[in-house]
Amino acid sequence: MLQDWIFGLIGGAMIGIAAAAYLLINGRIMGASGIIGTLVDRSAPENGAERLAFLTGLVLIPGAVALATGTAQTHLTGNFALIAVAGLLVGLGTRIANGCTSGHGVCGISRLSLRGIVATVFYIGAGGLTVVVFRHMLGWV
Amino acid sequence: MRLIAAFFIGGLFGVGLLISGMTDTRKVIGWLDIFGDWDPTLAFVMGGAIIPMAIAWQIAARRAAPALGGTFPSPPEPRLGRNLVLGSVLFGMGWGLAGLCPGPAIASITWGGTGGAVFLVAMILGMVAAPPLKRSLQGRQTA
Repeated sequence: MLQDWIFGLIGGAMIGIAAAAYLLINGRIMGASGIIGTLVDRSAPENGAERLAFLTGLVLIPGAVALATGTAQTHLTGNFALIAVAGLLVGLGTRIANGCTSGHGVCGISRLSLRGIVATVFYIGAGGLTVVVFRHMLGWV
Repeated sequence: MRLIAAFFIGGLFGVGLLISGMTDTRKVIGWLDIFGDWDPTLAFVMGGAIIPMAIAWQIAARRAAPALGGTFPSPPEPRLGRNLVLGSVLFGMGWGLAGLCPGPAIASITWGGTGGAVFLVAMILGMVAAPPLKRSLQGRQTA
């Protein structure tokens, strides 16, 4: 458990340093849902190459690390219908709310943005309730 | 130069997600499982990420421009609005069901198997469907 927390802290610091670098070097907010969302819905044609470069690094570099260590696992459920519904909700929700864990959570809370704090309270609250209903009451997850 | 920076920053973000446990749906669902066997790891991830970013906002406030030019993001929008709450609730439901949020869904695509691919495709479909849905929601709000 303690080891998990240390890895959490180290990995979290890497996430925070990446977000800090994206702000101080590129001048952008590192929000994963905004970076991919504006690319797939073509709502912001300028700087598309920069977002694509970010996503390419986001896929290839952890992919190489996972390949080298051979221990990475998502432990995702085998229920593909459930996964599809979940993916749809995450895609819709993050774009309607204009942010996810990285944008509202990390980048928003760190500058005491009220929107970031409120969003985080609601998505963690909704996530917690969903786990209660679907794991403890229905036994689906 | 901007592209090279973005590539490596994306990579650092992804490795951070992997090391921290954010790409492991068991850890994420364990964190959301407040009434079950609660796993506090994600609190350490959030704390670890927010501290450097808070320092970065302080540095940005004292600088005229980002290192590679352009401008810093504008101050946060103060208005909350219905979309922020509705969208976050939908996102939280999906996050609780599968245990993946957008960053980790992308970062884990090379080792996430078929399930990971199904999630990513569904997420992108949801993202494409969001703008028209948002417009119709706003239309009803002003009507």
